[in-house]
Amino acid sequence: MELGPFLNELWIVRYILLEGLWRTVSISLLAIVAGSLLGVLVGLALTYGALPLRWLMRGYTDFIRGTPVLVLVLASYYMLSTIGLQLNPFEAGVLALAVFCSSHVGEMLRGALQAIPRGQTEAAKVIGLTFHQAFIYVLAPQAIRHVLPTWVNTAAEMVKASTLLSIIGVGELLLTTQEIISRTFMSLPFYFFAGALYFVVNYGIERFGKYVERRTTIPS
Amino acid sequence: MTKLLEIRDLHKRYGATEVLKGVDCDMAKGDVVCVIGSSGSGKTTMLRCINMLEEFQGGTIRINDEEIGYETVGGMRRRKREREIARQRLLTGMAFQQFNLFPHLTALDNVTLGLIKVKKLSRAEARTIAERWLERVGLLARKDHYPGQLSGGQQQRVAIARAIAMNPLLMLFDEVTSALDPELVNEVLQVIKDLARDGMSMLIVTHEMRFAYEVANRVIFMNQGRIGEEGDPREMFVTPKTERLAEFLKTSTFR
Ligand SMILES: Nc1ncnc2c1ncn2[C@@H]1O[C@H](COP(=O)(O)OP(=O)(O)O)[C@@H](O)[C@H]1O
Ligand SMILES: [Mg+2]
Repeated sequence: MELGPFLNELWIVRYILLEGLWRTVSISLLAIVAGSLLGVLVGLALTYGALPLRWLMRGYTDFIRGTPVLVLVLASYYMLSTIGLQLNPFEAGVLALAVFCSSHVGEMLRGALQAIPRGQTEAAKVIGLTFHQAFIYVLAPQAIRHVLPTWVNTAAEMVKASTLLSIIGVGELLLTTQEIISRTFMSLPFYFFAGALYFVVNYGIERFGKYVERRTTIPS
Repeated sequence: MTKLLEIRDLHKRYGATEVLKGVDCDMAKGDVVCVIGSSGSGKTTMLRCINMLEEFQGGTIRINDEEIGYETVGGMRRRKREREIARQRLLTGMAFQQFNLFPHLTALDNVTLGLIKVKKLSRAEARTIAERWLERVGLLARKDHYPGQLSGGQQQRVAIARAIAMNPLLMLFDEVTSALDPELVNEVLQVIKDLARDGMSMLIVTHEMRFAYEVANRVIFMNQGRIGEEGDPREMFVTPKTERLAEFLKTSTFR
C-alpha cells in the first residue's frame, strides 16, 4: 500500500473528516453530560427514593442496561415518531445514548452511595447536619471519588457507542469515513485512520480521568 | 435545678425483640456516668436513642426538660420533624467506636464542618474554635492531616474534638477505645479524663473498668435491656449487690 495517494486523499477530505470527528465528540459529550445528570437523579431515586419510585427506577435501569444500544438508537429514532415526538437523527441518537448512559451512571452512583459505611451518615447527623447537608458535604464527595474510574470507562464507552448513530444516518466519524471510502475505495487506510482518531479521543478521556483521580485522591 | 438528662421507662424494640425494657436514668450537669455491661445488653442502643440515631417505642427522654425526638399531640405520640430532631441532636455530642471521621476532610475540616454548616460560624471563627480543640486533644500539629494519615488513637481524638467543638450539653461516648490497639487506649482515655476535670457532662459506655472506676461519679450496669444496678463505682465494684454484676466484674479486666 502506498502512503502518497492516501495522504493526498486525506488532505482533500480533511475538513469533512474533522466535521465527522467533531460530530462524534459533540454527540459523546452531550450524551455523557445529559446522561450523567439524568443518571444522578436515577441514582438518587434508586438509593433514597420511596419504594415505588425505587422499583420504577430499578425497572428502568435493568431494562435499559439489558437492551443493546443499537436497539435503543433505532427505537429512539423510529419509535418516538410514532408517538408524535419528531426527533432528527442527531437528537434521537443523543437521546438514546444519554438514556443508556443514565442507567449506568445511576447504578454506579447507587453502588457508591451504598458502599459508604453507615457511620458516615450517623457522624454527620450527630453534628447536626440535615440529610441534605450530609449528602452534599459528606456522602457525595466520597461517592464521586468512588465512581470516577468507572465513570471514565462509561464516557469512553459512549464514544464507541456513538458509532451506532451511523445506522440512522448521523454523519459522525464512522459514517463520514465510510462515505469517503465509498468514493476513494481506500478502505484500509481510512478505517485505520478513523480507528486512530477514536483511540486518541478515548486515550484523552482516560488521561483526563487519571488526572482528576490523582487530584482527588485522599492522602493516606 | 432541672436535670440535664432524664430518661423514663425507655422501651426500644427491633421488630419483635425488645432490647430496652424500661430504662430510667438521670444525670445532673457535670455528672460523669459510665455504662458497663456485657455485649448485647443494650448500652449502645440506649446512647443511640438519646440522640435519635434510633427510634424508640416507649418512654421519654428529656434533656434540660426538653423532650427528645417525640411529641404528644392530641394524645398521639409522634416523631418530631427532621429539622427539629437535627436541632436537638446538637444538645448532645457523640463519639463512636469506629471514629467515623470524614475520610475526605482533613482533621481541621472534620471539626469545622459542623461549626460552619450547622452553627453558621464564619470560616475564621470556626477555625479558631477547631484549632483550640485540636490543641486540647494534642493534635494541632496534625490539623492538616487526613484521617487515613492518622493512627486510630489520633483519629479518635479528632472525632472527640469534632463532637466537643459543637459545644454540646452532654457528651456520649460509645466504647471509644474498643477498636484501638492497646497501646493507643490511654491517650484517648486521658482526653476524656481531662474533659471530666473541666466539668463536662458525659455518658460513657466502656469496657475499661479501671477507667470507669477512676472517672465516673456513677456507674450503670446494664443487664439484658434493663439497669441491673447503679451507684458509686467505689461501692459497686467492691461490693456488688447483684449476682449478675459480680459475675460480670469477675470476667472483666481491670488494667
Ligand atoms: N439494628 C439492629 N437490628 C436488630 N437488633 C439489633 C440491632 N442493633 C442491635 N440489636 C440488638 O440489640 C441488642 C442490644 O444491642 P447493643 O445496644 O448494641 O448492645 P451493647 O452495646 O450493650 O453491646 C443486642 O441483642 C443486639 O443484637
Ligand atoms: Mg455496643
